Amino acid sequence: MKYFHLIWAALFRRKTRTILTLVSIIAAFLLFGLLDAVRVSFEQAGQSANGAERLQTGSRLSFIETLPFSLGAQIERVPGVNAVAYANWFGGAYQDPHNQIFTFAVSPNYIDMYPEFVLDAAQRKAWDADLNGVVVGSVMAKRYNWKVGDKLPLMSQIFPNKEGSKNWSFTIDGILHSKDPSQNGFFDAIVLMHWKNFDETTPYNRGQVGWYISHVTDVNQSDRVAKAIDALSANSDHETKTQTEQAASANWVKQMLNIGLIVTSIMGAVFFTLLLLTGNTMMQAVRERTSELAVLKTIGFSNANVLGMVLAESVLLLVLGGVIGLGLVSILAPAISAGSGGMMHLPSVGIGSWTLGLALALGIGFVVGALPALRAMRLNIVDALAGR
Amino acid sequence: MGNLVEIRNVSKVYERGKQKVEVLHHVDLDIAQGDFLALMGPSGSGKTTLLNLIGGLDSPSDGSIAVGGARIDKLGQGALAKWRAANVGFVFQFYNLLPMLSAQKNVELPLLLTKLSAAQRKKNASVALQLVGLADRATHRPTELSGGQQQRVAIARAIVSDPSLLVCDEPTGDLDRQSAEDVLKLLQTLNREHGKTIVMVTHDPKAAEHATHTLHLDKGTLVEQSAHA
Repeated sequence: MKYFHLIWAALFRRKTRTILTLVSIIAAFLLFGLLDAVRVSFEQAGQSANGAERLQTGSRLSFIETLPFSLGAQIERVPGVNAVAYANWFGGAYQDPHNQIFTFAVSPNYIDMYPEFVLDAAQRKAWDADLNGVVVGSVMAKRYNWKVGDKLPLMSQIFPNKEGSKNWSFTIDGILHSKDPSQNGFFDAIVLMHWKNFDETTPYNRGQVGWYISHVTDVNQSDRVAKAIDALSANSDHETKTQTEQAASANWVKQMLNIGLIVTSIMGAVFFTLLLLTGNTMMQAVRERTSELAVLKTIGFSNANVLGMVLAESVLLLVLGGVIGLGLVSILAPAISAGSGGMMHLPSVGIGSWTLGLALALGIGFVVGALPALRAMRLNIVDALAGR
Repeated sequence: MGNLVEIRNVSKVYERGKQKVEVLHHVDLDIAQGDFLALMGPSGSGKTTLLNLIGGLDSPSDGSIAVGGARIDKLGQGALAKWRAANVGFVFQFYNLLPMLSAQKNVELPLLLTKLSAAQRKKNASVALQLVGLADRATHRPTELSGGQQQRVAIARAIVSDPSLLVCDEPTGDLDRQSAEDVLKLLQTLNREHGKTIVMVTHDPKAAEHATHTLHLDKGTLVEQSAHA
């Protein structure tokens, strides 16, 4: 500890360079923390269904596989289930094929399952009575200036209508709002159409359902209920997987992306770049201090002292950046979760992430500092003092 | 008074690529305890090499060097570093203070290698700064001090651990006449009143006059010795 002021002073000998390097390290660890939080979020999702009021049942095989309509009645009879809704993915594009709108074909009681968003009673009544009607999220309505009564043309990339065209036309019957404005999110950005209309119009769907939503009476029994639902179709050609909605979303993404591989690849590239950047900085810092290091050795600092001080300087820089970066993640992760309106739940930096992050900082610090530290240790005093 | 430094038949050969250059050639020298010796000679005569050998910064190619009874030519790098920390103070031409540390912290540097507490290190450094007349500049960084003041801080650093030997390589080479005079007087005081043995390399005959003896080197050999009043 008695050398700390010496190490600290050496580290900030060139303030601007050290601060810029520190900012790069903070950015790298911020990215690491956030990506690790995403990875942890995906890993944690679906580990237990307890605590969830709503369960989502989809095909065990793949999210694109459908389930029989008849399964809904069986799920309703499972003890602990008090309501069942269902939905299909429609996936409409508005004006431009690339401008995808989250559009779902849903059962009449679908909205009742989600008390967190509201639809004006008169608009709900009008929509219930209009088979070709849709209700749209407030964010979408605002973005495209949609009003109740407007015609809404949507192009499906998969499902043709009765005429064989993929261009569908709907009437906007209502605007969906989040009950809590701060939870502005997914439901403000979707379009809901009637499942009956979808089922009767497209020849591609005859009595098939994308997924079921079950409302449970006791959230502490959700795990048991989920297992009972899956038991209904065990060993059939349509085996199901029931989980919380969050876990279902996570699994949906997992089927498309290998999150762990993506996170590891990105972080590998980031830390490799960091290795080169800080390695170069440290080499430069030691080269500039050749005569100062020679003076330390002259007055009696041993080779081990000098080696240790340069290594400590490098490790301190990395650990400082790592701690600040991960500290920022602890602040940002809850904010991002809150801002996503429930779409994303990033856990705060756990002990595992801190341990991994600090181990990385220490490891990179040692690797980065090793070469300049060895160079400093092997410094020949006479040559260094003579400027050779 | 006995000899502090005893040099016997010392040669030093440097290898520059495939060439071998003999910088010192069979040098014999005794430096008495409490002596203030000036080493003079033309560039390349081996003055600094001899000084480095006496200070334990380099090892001879041949011969023996004993300082305070210790055969420093036999010591390994680690032991030599420990020996330097306890027995020698160094003063360089360009002061070689650490720019990011205050005068006080620069002076404390050699004490970091001792077992003294932080408070004791601070106290000793303050005494050393007081001795060189810079107690009021303790918190200043080297860039905030004049050349003469920086050299005095360097002298304070050299004496803070109370070594018996001071080796000074052109200590006035980068100073104006007045600052040089102040530094030389300070070295004289350290020699006369505090009993420090001083070996000083210099090109300046006026600086050498402050020493008790002057040795002249030429082509790696001692050629002349003179004593001052």
